Amino acid sequence: MSPKTLYDKIWDAHVVHESDDGTCLLYIDRHLVHEVTSPQAFEGLRLAGRKVRAPEKTIAVPDHNVPTDPNRLAGIKDEMSRIQVEALRQNAADFGVEMYDVDDIRQGIVHIIGPEQGWTQPGMTIVCGDSHTATHGAFGALAHGIGTSEVEHVLATQTLIQKKSKNMLVRVEGKLPPGVTAKDITLTIIGRTGTAGGNGHVIEYAGSAIRELSVEGRMTVCNMAIEGGARAGLIAPDEKTFEYVKGRPHAPKGAQWEMALEYWKTLTSDEGAHYDKIIEIDASEIAPVVTWGTSPEDVLPITATVPAPEDFAGGKVDAARRSIDYMGLTPGQRLSDITIDTVFIGSCTNGRIEDLREVAKIMEGRRVKDGIRAMIVPGSGLVRAQAEEEGIADKLKAAGFDWRMAGCSMCLGMNPDQLAPGERCASTSNRNFEGRQGYKGRTHLMSPAMAAAAAITGRLTDVRELD
Amino acid sequence: MDKFEKLTGIAAPMPLVNIDTDMIIPKQFLKTIKRTGLGANLFDEMRFDREGNENPDFVLNQPKYRDAEILVAGDNFGCGSSREHAPWAIKDFGISCVISTSFADIFFNNCFKNGILPIALPQEQVDLLMADAEKGSNARMTVDLDQQQITTSDGEVIPFDVDPFRKHCLLHGLDDIGLTMEQAPSIDSYETQLSSVRPWI
Ligand code: SF4
Repeated sequence: MSPKTLYDKIWDAHVVHESDDGTCLLYIDRHLVHEVTSPQAFEGLRLAGRKVRAPEKTIAVPDHNVPTDPNRLAGIKDEMSRIQVEALRQNAADFGVEMYDVDDIRQGIVHIIGPEQGWTQPGMTIVCGDSHTATHGAFGALAHGIGTSEVEHVLATQTLIQKKSKNMLVRVEGKLPPGVTAKDITLTIIGRTGTAGGNGHVIEYAGSAIRELSVEGRMTVCNMAIEGGARAGLIAPDEKTFEYVKGRPHAPKGAQWEMALEYWKTLTSDEGAHYDKIIEIDASEIAPVVTWGTSPEDVLPITATVPAPEDFAGGKVDAARRSIDYMGLTPGQRLSDITIDTVFIGSCTNGRIEDLREVAKIMEGRRVKDGIRAMIVPGSGLVRAQAEEEGIADKLKAAGFDWRMAGCSMCLGMNPDQLAPGERCASTSNRNFEGRQGYKGRTHLMSPAMAAAAAITGRLTDVRELD
Repeated sequence: MDKFEKLTGIAAPMPLVNIDTDMIIPKQFLKTIKRTGLGANLFDEMRFDREGNENPDFVLNQPKYRDAEILVAGDNFGCGSSREHAPWAIKDFGISCVISTSFADIFFNNCFKNGILPIALPQEQVDLLMADAEKGSNARMTVDLDQQQITTSDGEVIPFDVDPFRKHCLLHGLDDIGLTMEQAPSIDSYETQLSSVRPWI
């Protein structure tokens, strides 16, 4: 048998049917549903008189629209948001799908709660009507975003019509310098490959620097595979992964756990497996980075300066000019001289407990600079509760942070947490597109540690230089 | 599903690279629970100012491109989120064909589910079509899916590739779900086998 990549193995294990032209019907093990991309899918089922084929393999959670202020149980004020969340509630009830509602401590960002509940496991196929489904790839699951028509397709048939993508390997070898985190790795990769670099591919992240990361750090890396153009990112599962899954509510138990474990240990790429594209990165050369523009590929080390449009080629010249203008920057300006108004810590990229611990560590003995709006939005009710139990929440509140309820929050302005026009934000989220965090808002993406550093000084700051 | 067979129409040029789904349809319009009506907000933040006045420079606001049915765009069109609201908005506006050098995967997929034909071509050919689109409303191009070719306003013919299964579905307006449902016995037997090899799923 020819050697297979991890992606090949998971793919092969899920093919229900293959046509002569290579179009496959792929079985889907887990389906996550949120309020924004599902109403039209359930509506489609209703119109056609169809049921959800496997409700026990489906969970629903509202996250994009929910307010994050502590009084949110009083109800959602925005009429359209409220209707969308109510529609999810109704659809979950009508079609027999389990839902973690706003008043449930397990509610949170869909990509945070999947792993948290043990719903995400190695070797699975996982989909969600959301591009950051790639996050779950950190467990060695083939996980990707789908559109609403496909959501409906999966609800009705528990399968997807797919053609296989190409294999791409991103190998990060070596030791990360101090102050450099998973977020810097993933942003650096996108800076190198561009936002279209992974188009048509599934990326497997490998190498000692990836192995060294915690499971949560790996989720941060895979989360942004989509920003690199790949639909999915994958990391082979190992002992850390198994340990993470073990004992969670939906994890296999008893004899089934043993059986699962044995299978999961086979989920690595074979020696000599073929990759269509290979990128090698030296971990020791990665620096703490920030984005300067309005595409996630606009990444530079914090020690750099704002580029000039002429530094680029082709269509990127105009795009860079537009970005620099939108972001209100000047070519040649030092990135560390850019002052900010707001700090947002949260999202499915960096809203987990380790991220909050990291921020708390940086804030030790320090405070948010006066006049800076700084918010922390835990990725789930359980992350929030844990941070409170560990005493992190109190410390962060004392340091000047606003401590919010779980949700997508300012990662995208669909709920009340938004940037005002011209407002500049140091953000741990994943997209710096125009208007993403609010109309004419300006977003700089970075790690939680770097966002904390920015909160302290009020400007983009090299976390290594904090005294 | 809507069919796509052959289209002769005005093509609007949008040479900007990395046009993302937040530009195509900003998040505030994702709160709808319907598929229709999104065309009014296609490219909203580029097309209108905060007060809702049209930005006269934006290509689709120019009289010659208001009725565009084809979009010729810069590299990596549709990157960003999985929101199907993006193709819904494009279609609702009246555009059924997008041409670029490359597309983001999810967006590309979503197009086919909504009667939109996305065509990826090499740079030189996109440049040629971009120049043709820039000629305005008298220059109509023809996109023929069955023949897999685009004819410029000057009569130049450019062939394109398309996945045969998707072509078939688009030409006949076939519903994927209905097709898959016909394969229910294969899904049943897959599930039976799954419950013995990976029972924890
Ligand atoms: S946190 Fe942001 S990226 Fe993640 S699911 Fe929510 S909106 Fe999408």
